[in-house]
Amino acid sequence: MNSRTHRITNLHLVAVIVWSGLFANNVFAIDPAVVEAQQRRVAVVNEVSPTVVAIFSASGEGGGGSGVLISADGYVLSNYHVTSGAGNFMKCGLNDGKLYDAVIVGIDPTGDVALLKMLGRDDFPVAKVGDSDALHSGDWVYAMGNPFLLATDFKPTVTYGIVSGVHRYQYPAGTILEYTDCIQTDSSINPGNSGGPLFNDAGELVGINGRGSFEKRGRVNSGAGYAISINQIMNFLGHLKSGRIVDHATLGATVASVSDGSVVVESILEESAAHRRGLREGDEIVSFAGRPIRSVNQYKNILGIYPKGWRLPLEYRRNQDKKTIQVRLRGLHAQSEIIPGQKKKPQPPGKEGAEKKAPKESEIPAQFAKIYEKKTGFANYHFNQQEQNRILGSLNHWGDYASRNGLWKVSGKDQKGNPFKIELSNEQSTLSYGGKVWKQSFDGTELTIDPPNTGGLLVALHHLRLFMTHHGFLFSEFMYLGTEPLDGLGNRVDVLTSELTSVQSRWYFNDEDQTFLGFDTQVKAGTDEAEIRFSKLKDFEGLKFPSHWVISSGGSQRVEWMIESIELSPGPKPTGKQVTSRQP
Amino acid sequence: MIWVSLHLFRKTLCCMIAGGMSLSCVSTVANADDSQAAVRSIQSRMVKIFGAGGLRNLYSYSTGFLASPDGHIVTVWSHVLDQDRVTVILANGRKETAVVLGAEPQLDLAVLKIEREGLQLPYFDIENHTSAAPGTRVLAFSNMFKVATGDEPLSILHGVIAAKTKLTARRGAYEVPYDGPVYIIDAITNNPGAGGGLVTNTRGELLAMIGKELRNNESNTWINYAMPMSELTPVIKQIMTGDYVSQETKPDGEDNPLRYQPLDFGLLMIADVVFRTPAFIEVVDADSLAEKLKLKPGDLILFVNDNLVQSCRELRQEFGRLEAGDDLSLTIRRDNKLMTVDALVPRKVDED
Repeated sequence: MNSRTHRITNLHLVAVIVWSGLFANNVFAIDPAVVEAQQRRVAVVNEVSPTVVAIFSASGEGGGGSGVLISADGYVLSNYHVTSGAGNFMKCGLNDGKLYDAVIVGIDPTGDVALLKMLGRDDFPVAKVGDSDALHSGDWVYAMGNPFLLATDFKPTVTYGIVSGVHRYQYPAGTILEYTDCIQTDSSINPGNSGGPLFNDAGELVGINGRGSFEKRGRVNSGAGYAISINQIMNFLGHLKSGRIVDHATLGATVASVSDGSVVVESILEESAAHRRGLREGDEIVSFAGRPIRSVNQYKNILGIYPKGWRLPLEYRRNQDKKTIQVRLRGLHAQSEIIPGQKKKPQPPGKEGAEKKAPKESEIPAQFAKIYEKKTGFANYHFNQQEQNRILGSLNHWGDYASRNGLWKVSGKDQKGNPFKIELSNEQSTLSYGGKVWKQSFDGTELTIDPPNTGGLLVALHHLRLFMTHHGFLFSEFMYLGTEPLDGLGNRVDVLTSELTSVQSRWYFNDEDQTFLGFDTQVKAGTDEAEIRFSKLKDFEGLKFPSHWVISSGGSQRVEWMIESIELSPGPKPTGKQVTSRQP
Repeated sequence: MIWVSLHLFRKTLCCMIAGGMSLSCVSTVANADDSQAAVRSIQSRMVKIFGAGGLRNLYSYSTGFLASPDGHIVTVWSHVLDQDRVTVILANGRKETAVVLGAEPQLDLAVLKIEREGLQLPYFDIENHTSAAPGTRVLAFSNMFKVATGDEPLSILHGVIAAKTKLTARRGAYEVPYDGPVYIIDAITNNPGAGGGLVTNTRGELLAMIGKELRNNESNTWINYAMPMSELTPVIKQIMTGDYVSQETKPDGEDNPLRYQPLDFGLLMIADVVFRTPAFIEVVDADSLAEKLKLKPGDLILFVNDNLVQSCRELRQEFGRLEAGDDLSLTIRRDNKLMTVDALVPRKVDED
């Protein structure tokens, strides 16, 4: 096909030149580098075109836009303002001319990102994900998509330009659709391009186009288009796969720049993790998530690329002392602010003309019945259940914990050889350690954070027993949250969360082999968590159990335990029906 | 897919024909590191300007570039400069204040000076500029739409010089005074706040300054143009050295003897409220020379002795140079008709 293409194009070239009659002498003097660069462009466009998606509402009415495939089983990235116009069920066209069904998976209204899933194949062409932080202004980029919904055969339109700026900040429209740390390009971005990919010169996906600066010239390209960086989206991808309506983060502090160019804390919420870790008004923020802070925009840029709940390192300076702390980020919005329909939605400035009001929430079409489930706080709860099943399934090889819901006895020694003994039951947790005994009852008495400085180890262990025996069943809320770096610095882990009265826990699993790595329990809002990390899985008479525990809280390690024996007795026969129904 | 590639090829081809086969995109492809260095070097010498405006359709920001190590900044003459001091943000994010040193409204050009003394800033040697033929690949640097703040680099656009031609443009209902040569660029370079930005070739050599947003006289479409440095440099230098005296900013007095004023001929002009108030007659005194010449309130004086007067100020200057016994010829417009009246300049009463 390639040689054919070249033959035709060469003929074409000669025809044009002869016709114009002006440059005929120069035709054969084209610098080989020009020809080579051009052939490379054509090759890149051919390579990535199959991954570009044209998105339409299922009914054919309402809006449309663009997207890009990022997995062979059909995950597609697009803009929230595209899918919010197109509805939960969509039709997606590829450049093979075929139209596929697609369903919404997760949405990020603040970051203007949506994840959907195309159906019907497990071998979709996939765009290679690049590194948007490696882009420089001046680099060549390709914007692809379906501007003005021109391509009725779904073949994407290509516009070629340069990166005009990186790490740009664009203010939110209302409370959502904030573009932080985004890529600015002079590739033409027009209505309908929204949600489509921005590729670097090597054809790697570096951004999702979604916005432009438009003024008096009308809502068409004015030379300034913006793409959400792919690195930001990759931070959120696990969260988006959870089927949730995901939120962005705040530190719980406002900052201001001072005349010498430094950025200082202007005010800080006392209940924030940053305050608990010691950050105060007037402290200079030196770096955040490993990036130096030199302007308020930079601070907003960095904050904007992380999901609510991530724990990240923050370095601050007070007088001459520098200190680094790990802070868990708070949610930016109240749930009601980002759940579509709960509040009047502000119009995005870059809102596409082709993307109109969402079609009326209709009945679920038959082909989507098994892959769509409505639930408050979720774009599509079906995908959350899928992820829960995937992760909890990994606990099956630990043995039959469901039947061990009687008294648990766990004992061992700390790193200095001091013995400890834990007893856990539905009614109470007991810890004997270092010549002391702590008890916590669960009959409605107030929950303590005993032993001191552990963040509430007794409550945490009680929740571990509930989780192991009943998974999510005994909690009032239980879901797959997404992915985050373990303890702010480690590898990405899958996270399940549970809630029961005021107690919130996060359960961590290796995102590759789903090994259960540990959990954090927060007894009540505004207190430090008990953080327990597992390793060295051992066989204890038919049950697998981690034999090495590290317990930390408030930013420092408290104790290290080696488990020597466990005795998990069967209890009254569980109402196993619900428990097993959670198994895949 | 053949169609897609064909289509793209044709598009590229058009651009190459325009480029006369001398595309410097080759060098961009081949020397990515060089052009990155050129881009960084240009960015370090550009500034963001914040001043008056902020009302609807009147943005309060523009772009400029440093023309001396001690803080001379070249930019467009616009409403953004309509205040005593403007804020200038250097490439490293440092905030400075600057005042207008001089302006040439004919060129829409202004030179600012940072107030702080003793600076050693990176700057453009404005004498060291080049020119470019249609087809040359160019880069445009500006803070259009105020995308960048603090130490963030300006926006860069790429394009091709489509033509080098004379400007025929207007701003609102007014003709633009400048009708000299400009580069027309095939990228959307002239956006809000872009005025005062720079156009360079891909080697980073200085070509032209991005002008204010203007519409084409004939098609009413926005023009993407830039004024060649060769047009601007002599005036910039004069303003910087203090040798330049704009017609508009030339102070009354000193080299103008102000021997006669409109009142000496029985004329009261309309209040001189704006920079270029047209020379309309408000009142004609009874028994004055003006009345004898049958001048009337509402007449617009266009020429004094064949010298164009564009404003009340220029009229005062022209009258100021007259001497008793000179021929005085006034061309006025009344009801869309031109008429000329002639007289001799009378001896002033108090000279007797």
